[in-house]
Amino acid sequence: MSVHVVSVVPKRPATVAATPLDATLRAQFDALRAVYPTEATPSLVLPLLHCVQEQRGWVSEGDALMIAHYLGVPAVQVEEAASWYSMFRRAPAGRHVVKVCRNIACSLRGAESVVAHLESRLGIKVGETTADGRFTLQTVECLASCGTAPAMQVNDTYHEQLTAERIDAILGELS
Amino acid sequence: MTEDRVFFNHAVTGESHTLAEYRERGGYGALTRALTTMQPVDVENEMKASGLQGRGGAGFPVGNKWGFVNKKAPIIYLACNADEGEPGTFKDRWILEHAPHQLVEGVLLASYALGVRHAFIYIRGEFDLPLRRLQHALAEARAVGLVGERILGGAFSCDIIVHRGAGAYVCGEESSLLNSLEGRKGYPRNKPPFPAVKGLYQKPTVVNNVETLSTVPWVIANGGAKYAALGVKKNPGTRLFGVSGHVERPGLFERPTGYSLKQLITEDAGGVLGGRALKAVIPGGSSTPILTAAEVENITLDAEAMSRAGTMSGSGGVIVIAEGTCMVRLLQVLTRFYAHESCGQCSPCREGTDWMNRILERVIAGQGTAGDLDNLRAIPTGISGNTVCALGDAASMPVTSFLRKFGDEFAYYVAHGRSQNDGRLTV
Repeated sequence: MSVHVVSVVPKRPATVAATPLDATLRAQFDALRAVYPTEATPSLVLPLLHCVQEQRGWVSEGDALMIAHYLGVPAVQVEEAASWYSMFRRAPAGRHVVKVCRNIACSLRGAESVVAHLESRLGIKVGETTADGRFTLQTVECLASCGTAPAMQVNDTYHEQLTAERIDAILGELS
Repeated sequence: MTEDRVFFNHAVTGESHTLAEYRERGGYGALTRALTTMQPVDVENEMKASGLQGRGGAGFPVGNKWGFVNKKAPIIYLACNADEGEPGTFKDRWILEHAPHQLVEGVLLASYALGVRHAFIYIRGEFDLPLRRLQHALAEARAVGLVGERILGGAFSCDIIVHRGAGAYVCGEESSLLNSLEGRKGYPRNKPPFPAVKGLYQKPTVVNNVETLSTVPWVIANGGAKYAALGVKKNPGTRLFGVSGHVERPGLFERPTGYSLKQLITEDAGGVLGGRALKAVIPGGSSTPILTAAEVENITLDAEAMSRAGTMSGSGGVIVIAEGTCMVRLLQVLTRFYAHESCGQCSPCREGTDWMNRILERVIAGQGTAGDLDNLRAIPTGISGNTVCALGDAASMPVTSFLRKFGDEFAYYVAHGRSQNDGRLTV
């Protein structure tokens, strides 16, 4: 008598394929790997995620899988890191990501006006990207600019002691 | 005058962060002295004699922390905590930008004392100029044999690895930092075991703050006893106090412990913005209990005086609040922050921080009830002491202290559905 086992869990199709590792990234990965002691290989998860985001602007599931394969660590560990840390973006963003500090010292020095001015100038709300793909507007927590508040970061660059005029000048310089 | 300054002992110029200028002012003299005339244990004893307490916020004695490490272990790690993120704090950033070699020398001295071959500097991911300055300093130091194999031609070898975080306040907590450094999400660990016993990859690990490690060269150059003579006896030395918020001249000031908080605000930082009266001060980063203007009157910046007033010096971030500011909306800025940064591991903190924030959002929308304020007072008692790390306490202390000291304003907001101070946060 044969036994028929019926699986109640539908098979999940393998929809995510690892992104191919291109030569530029591989060279960066190898250079970073040479810096860390061999017993600390899993430590490379965050540095490699940063590399990918710098190249592409965001980190896909396939990118996370690619890093997992390269390091030989579980895919879930890389995916978990990519989704848990606030700096890693999981979807494409505008060319210039404007991150305004909304924490206490900046709030006391006008962070709300900074956000309002940016929303009106860019014609978008916090969390949105302009239709032409140039700007994404975000709020972030303390940037350690409390002595030079209010502050924002555009991609990596800090801009401090902001006024409406300064913000306009900064936006004007960005393509 | 500058000899009793550990940090503000030179003019900041476009070049003052370089190796040449650091050497010009005696830099790496302490390292040379230690490697040629001192045993590792002598360096540790000098730190014990200095009485230096950790400058990250918790204030644990540095020499004792180093003393817990089993120096016979085959691998020992040092992790410098450069994940500065406590709202109101911007001192480590200054050191990284303007005195990166002082940190590198401190990391090397600590590594020599502890027997560390690989030291990590965990720097917050948002830092841009600080990262570039630190990497430049390390490249300079490597090029002349100050970092790497057989430093200064002796037997001591040490590599320093700069590791970027990726945006998580909780990673400033030392065990969370270690999990993050292992390539995982930054969940704090249960203690014990403490990192000095089982830290990075389960190996003995010392985690020290940037300001703490950058103080080590001064102590080795001038002697622990001389450092212990600065400031107040029980909590000696100088500290970098960052003054922000409603003051005329926000900025960073190096002052001895025991310095007057009032003087720091009214003289050094130019007084309250726009000539307003002082309403309140958060004395040591956003997590520390708030002080009223009356409480600020005679208080000094040291552990004992702060503790008597029911607060602490924490990370040295002094946040000044002028009369006319809406304390309800200001507190919600903080509850929003802690709710956002709670890592999600412990239910009391994950649920409690969000609950407190939702209550305050409701109050601010004019829909609060008296029961909401009772809940706001009660929730912190359910969080504090019931979580793996101190983030839950950090989120609770502002709520408890704001409600205790400015309770009338919260009651007014609930009763009238609007702010007593027009919801103002700025002057």
